[in-house]
Amino acid sequence: MPLVKGGKILDDSFAQVADGADLPTNGAVLVAVARFLEKPDALLARAGKVGVIWPNNRDVDDLVPYLDRLAAVALVFPTFRDGRAYSQARLLRERFSWRGELRATGQVLRDQFVFMLRAGFDAFEVKKQSDAEAFAQTAKRYSVFYQPTGDGRLTALHRRMQLRHSERAGL
Amino acid sequence: MYAYDEIDRALVNERVSEFRDQVQRRLSGELSEDEFKMLRLQNGVYLQLHAYMFRVAIPYGTLSSKQLRRLAHVARKYDRGYGHFTTRQNIQFNWIKLADLPDALADLAEVGIHSMQTSGNNTRNVTSDQWAGVAPGEIEDPRIWAEILRQYTTLHPEFSFLPRKFKFAITASAHDRSAVKIHDLGLRLHKNAAGETGFEVLVGGGLGRTPFIAKTIKPFVHGRDLLSYVEAIMRVYNQYGRRDNIYKARIKILVHELGIGKFAKEVEEEWQHMRDGALKLDDEVVEDIRARFFYPRYEKLPHMPDELKEAAHDPLFERWHRNAVFTHKVQGYAIVTLSLKPVGGPPGDATADQMDAIADLADKYSFGEIRVGHEQNLALPHVKKADLPALWEALDKAGLATPNVNLVSDIIACPGLDYCSLANARSIPIAQELTRRFANLDTANLIGRLHINISGCINACGHHHVGHIGILGVEKNGEEVYQITIGGRADENAELGTLIGPGVRHVEVDDVVEDIVEAYLALRASPDELFIDTVKRLGVEPFRERVYATR
Repeated sequence: MPLVKGGKILDDSFAQVADGADLPTNGAVLVAVARFLEKPDALLARAGKVGVIWPNNRDVDDLVPYLDRLAAVALVFPTFRDGRAYSQARLLRERFSWRGELRATGQVLRDQFVFMLRAGFDAFEVKKQSDAEAFAQTAKRYSVFYQPTGDGRLTALHRRMQLRHSERAGL
Repeated sequence: MYAYDEIDRALVNERVSEFRDQVQRRLSGELSEDEFKMLRLQNGVYLQLHAYMFRVAIPYGTLSSKQLRRLAHVARKYDRGYGHFTTRQNIQFNWIKLADLPDALADLAEVGIHSMQTSGNNTRNVTSDQWAGVAPGEIEDPRIWAEILRQYTTLHPEFSFLPRKFKFAITASAHDRSAVKIHDLGLRLHKNAAGETGFEVLVGGGLGRTPFIAKTIKPFVHGRDLLSYVEAIMRVYNQYGRRDNIYKARIKILVHELGIGKFAKEVEEEWQHMRDGALKLDDEVVEDIRARFFYPRYEKLPHMPDELKEAAHDPLFERWHRNAVFTHKVQGYAIVTLSLKPVGGPPGDATADQMDAIADLADKYSFGEIRVGHEQNLALPHVKKADLPALWEALDKAGLATPNVNLVSDIIACPGLDYCSLANARSIPIAQELTRRFANLDTANLIGRLHINISGCINACGHHHVGHIGILGVEKNGEEVYQITIGGRADENAELGTLIGPGVRHVEVDDVVEDIVEAYLALRASPDELFIDTVKRLGVEPFRERVYATR
């Protein structure tokens, strides 16, 4: 599955370690939530970076105590129709100030990219190669956004205000 | 009227181009039907029994004549020359081809209308009172807030894949014409003791398999906090609404399972985190939206112009006038309802020619504005009283002056088994038969206000639970059977109807309804007691007896 980060297809620097499999002694790893929560301190003490795959039916509040020691959080879309991870993403970015990698995994398709970017995702395990290749183009599809989110894009309401002010100032 | 600016136009055009790409990818096989299904639904495209159905939003029920002409054009060019107005201020075209859809959307985008989120598990078209802005005694025009909500809910990055669909309705009058209590989220605009504008927020209403009347979650939310409070509700629902069972996924089930107290507490907690964030609406932003609503320059006119006095001698005019013309907030003007319920016709249908005729009449007599109500009728909101006789003649010619508004033949009905792939039974033929049975207008006037609502399946698109008489079609051993409820209502005193007894066969429905009506005429305390009030006073028993005594 191609990984898109920074708008480009990249090699995944995280090794996804299956449950029960041995952890490599160094290098970045991405582990499932059960394994992570079993011995979080031991995991976080290892040499390489650690990321966790967080399920969409568990409050992200439970993840907050570990955020400052984590390198990545991967949120899950079991199907693209299940949108719980959008809320989790916004909470992590906007309420808990998570600045590390926020990865979308599962059924990630082209038609969700804009929503995901707006919710704060910055890495995408994309299901189809053609969608991954279309990322940069798809991300530019919209120029107008009605809702304020943590991505900082100017909303339509505020763009209008700026327009009105500059009209009034005769600019 | 709200006028789109370049920002609104850009978004709709971007959406059209995205959908064109999605259709292209589906036609080329790059998208599977499963993947495409959600994407087409988010653009109002259903696959029905015979063809694709295309549902276009008419936000808060306000249309310009130019927009209505464009809907007529779509009906003519891409469909079979007619459209169907729904109970949620949408219009549906029933015979459209997938390959034509992007062009139809592009044609609509040119006049600022679209089909975004008219289906799918996202926030749907925000509906409001069809008399908004012209009803006497209204707190303020609810469409300002409906437009703010329309923008806020359009392509929301967090709430486009909810557990299930999510419907907003908003009213600003004491008499609720928007059915806010049967919506996922209902808003009743009112003022607090300090004279500030805000909302009673109701949540968890809805019909379908498990009907609920909405409960008040907060009696007053200040206007500036509307969006943050709504976002808190949506976020709680998005995370905790059930996704294991499509029939239990609406917010009404979450509210029911948690209890309104616990649900309100969750929302309150969420809201406290964000109420002072970026969603806070400052006055300037609200005023900017308000400023882009167009209001007519009303003239100073007499209450009773000579033209009206003269026309009152014509009993046919007078009957229509008493039935379809309503008080406007400005003296000398009137609100005129256009019945889309001719005897023998499918409720809510209008031909392309009728749409064009209505657009012309709106230009001539109503400042180019048309309204759409959830009862599946249209309205011209600003008609000079002096113009009423001329308007009546023109409407009559176009088949739009049936004086049956709010009477027994003003039936709400879903498309039913004639079109819909979910339906178990036909709705339209039942409605047609009933309008023939009650075609006599003197009888209909004698009966007075009576709403019959018909759904062809448990999903309740015809709002049968809240009809004064509700008719639900089900399938039993391969036969269409109809269950009859009475005593439902969708207004500020919303209630669910009560089943009067076992289901009846298709051919019996009109006799049963007639029996119920006759029982009412015999039982009512006075000619002023409406059907719904008699049912309230006596309960269903006397009606049940009358209907089943001979069956």
